[in-house]
Amino acid sequence: MSDRIQPTSTGELAELLAAATRDKASLALRGGGSKDRIGAKAADARVVDMRAFAGVSDYDPPELVLTTGAGTLLSDIESLVAAEGQMLAFDPFDHGRLLGVEPGRATIGGVVAAGVAGPRRLSGGSARDHLLGFEAVSGDGRTFRAGAKVVKNVTGFDLSKLVAGSWGRLVALTEVTLKVVPRPEASLTLCVRGLEPTAAVRLMTGALGSTAAIAAAAHVPAGDGPASTLLRIDGIDASIASRRKALLSIVPAPALADALDDSAAATAWNDVRDVSVLPTDRPLWRVLLPAAQAPAFVAALDDSAWLMDWAGGLLWVATAADAHALRVAAQEAGGHAMLVRADAALRAGVPALHPPSPAVAALEARVRQAFDPGNVFANGRF
Amino acid sequence: MPTPDPAVLARRAEIAAALREIVPGEAVIDQDAELLPFESDGLTAYRQPPMLVVLPETTAQVAAILRWCHDNGVRVVPRGAGTSLSGGALPLADGVLLGLSRFNRILDIDYVDRLVVAQPGVTNLAITHAVETEGFYYAPDPSSQIACTIGGNVAENAGGVHCLKYGVTSNNVLGVEFVTPQGDVVRLGGRTLEAAGLDLLGLVVGSEGLLGIVTEVTVRILPKPESVSAMLVGFGTLEDAGRCVADIIASGIIPAGMEMMDRPAVHAAEAFVGAGYPLDAEALLIVELDGPRAECEALVERVASIATTNAAFLVRVAANDAERNAFWAGRKAAFPAAGRVSPDYYCMDGTIPRRRLPDVLARIRQLSDEYGLGVINVFHAGDGNLHPLILYDANEPGQLERAEKFGEDILTLCVEVGGVLTGEHGVGVEKRDLMPTMFSEADLAQQKRVKCAFDPKLLLNPGKMIPELHRCAEVGRMHVHAGELPFPELPRF
Repeated sequence: MSDRIQPTSTGELAELLAAATRDKASLALRGGGSKDRIGAKAADARVVDMRAFAGVSDYDPPELVLTTGAGTLLSDIESLVAAEGQMLAFDPFDHGRLLGVEPGRATIGGVVAAGVAGPRRLSGGSARDHLLGFEAVSGDGRTFRAGAKVVKNVTGFDLSKLVAGSWGRLVALTEVTLKVVPRPEASLTLCVRGLEPTAAVRLMTGALGSTAAIAAAAHVPAGDGPASTLLRIDGIDASIASRRKALLSIVPAPALADALDDSAAATAWNDVRDVSVLPTDRPLWRVLLPAAQAPAFVAALDDSAWLMDWAGGLLWVATAADAHALRVAAQEAGGHAMLVRADAALRAGVPALHPPSPAVAALEARVRQAFDPGNVFANGRF
Repeated sequence: MPTPDPAVLARRAEIAAALREIVPGEAVIDQDAELLPFESDGLTAYRQPPMLVVLPETTAQVAAILRWCHDNGVRVVPRGAGTSLSGGALPLADGVLLGLSRFNRILDIDYVDRLVVAQPGVTNLAITHAVETEGFYYAPDPSSQIACTIGGNVAENAGGVHCLKYGVTSNNVLGVEFVTPQGDVVRLGGRTLEAAGLDLLGLVVGSEGLLGIVTEVTVRILPKPESVSAMLVGFGTLEDAGRCVADIIASGIIPAGMEMMDRPAVHAAEAFVGAGYPLDAEALLIVELDGPRAECEALVERVASIATTNAAFLVRVAANDAERNAFWAGRKAAFPAAGRVSPDYYCMDGTIPRRRLPDVLARIRQLSDEYGLGVINVFHAGDGNLHPLILYDANEPGQLERAEKFGEDILTLCVEVGGVLTGEHGVGVEKRDLMPTMFSEADLAQQKRVKCAFDPKLLLNPGKMIPELHRCAEVGRMHVHAGELPFPELPRF
């Protein structure tokens, strides 16, 4: 038996999964492998390569809906919708740069399964908010659909939410239907220099509570250069100038605020998204918490580098600190922490996903049984 | 609905006494006359007084009630304000109706993280009222928002006029406290943008009271937009109106709301409220744009130009809030206006791909002639969510049955053109038996497995959403033996 198999039809995939259930075998679903380095090594699992389920089957721009095979490259979908002046609102990205894997391999199925969302998630929602429907095969080899190809639908349980971000632990996704949105005509990024974390979070959350309609907000603390707080507004030309003025009225020191030119803005947001400003010599954590708690949380970190996205609601933390202590701190702040980048030894001992409370863990286990009664996808990675 | 269990009915007094141990005083209702107000929800064609009503006021009481009912095999139906249009809160003859009306407090408001923590019995509009002095609001706005509760909104994944731009309930809920059918209290999500682990929160939203009972809700609030503009656009044909909607979206504009009414709807609404609608319009569009002032102004001009290109004979921009409210008054009065031209009406809720709008409306007109029943069409044109109102007279023998059959045909048509049975009202008891028109047996089997994962004894709101769910053991047996079917080489349909 080879350790890798590439089914080319749902029928073949369903047979494979039914057989694995019967044989009590363990499988690991894989798209382009851009996120292979997240989670522990699933040593005994045979890899199921999902890339044959590729190709866009339906895309009608005025309907704001796109249906595609889960194995389609993210970059292909991005070019396709960009040509129609549209985009995926949740700002998905390729983890290659973040994890030291050759970029360009991420598939849309992997993006959905990992619930990937970039800086624009703050205003645009995440993959779970834009997955309208899907076709998948359950762990025991049953092909089924949920959701639909229209933007508004409450028919039946909303299994799309559950599948988005499930990290291949429930089903093998073969096809996804996503909502797309118009690409903004214009965009402006204001960079405010020199703010301390408390002032930065106050500015970012204040801006979000204003009528300036903020699309993204991030803060990179002082390093080689001064700290920079980034605020992005998207829209049409006519409104950008007036919103910029509104925004400047709440900046503590307007003299320290500059509008970045398009290329500097793109670089700044890519750096935030790919976490490329943090050192790579320590484990990298993704900590979600209420933005109000972010300043105190970073103040308590020792020997760590960090940056804030989502107006302080997302912290990327590079630290060698004790994993358990970090998770306890995140939990006490009302949040949770995911281990995103670490060496194999640490990943073998520390679960990537934040452990749920016992009551939630029990529910999760029952839900997983409902999709994967033979534990085919329980391969030890998470 | 599931057949009432005579053994449970025989224990009614004992059950009432047990519930009074948990919730003392008058919060357990067992007098027939007092049970009557609970016999139906917003779908009044279905009526059934519950065996008992219990009105707890703490999470601990809800948990104790569910635990007791679970241990004693008693069915439970949750109820918020009872405004469901799909029979989601229809009681069971042998079931306890668990009302959440006493969970009516707002627990916390956080303007830094822009959220409100509320008990489930708080009304949708009360959340906006609580934060509007600070310039915030809660975006999902179902038309019943003055009465419907946030807990009910979570159960039904409620939408509203503004969800094209701002999303439905599930896009605006951050967390819930949730009691399982076994009586365990869990927190799903919280004050962060995302929860850890599986998105059980996303599953619970829209689960129609089949998976558990929500006892606390955390929702996102948004700053009120700086400016709001509304436009009234009249067309001589439905095709022109449909193409205008598609062109607006294709041009990159996402209006805050985009509503369409057909000629009968315009006439009924105009006769009722005198909104100033053009009576010669075959289709009338209300387009609302919101956001920064400069953006609104520029987009109004663009929409006007798109409308003119699509042969609109009327493009009127509201000069002020009073005129904007007048534009909306007719649309918001469409349901009562239908009630004025017909003794009864039956509201449908399918969604279709927008491009199929003219065909679907033409087919609905045809069906209307065939059934001999009038129909008024209002819909959320931006997201393709139709609300045909079928006009009938329940006192005329056979008309209710014809109206229901007509409704089924409309929903089946929605599914045939690539749409869905319900865009925002929920499946409930109303559309339960139509589920197989949209889903295959395998699709429904997976939905059943999810129900069984939460509620293996099928005690919570049974008879809603899922057709023909007899026992979880049957679903279980199927999956235990998956891959071991006899004659695996035979095709099975």
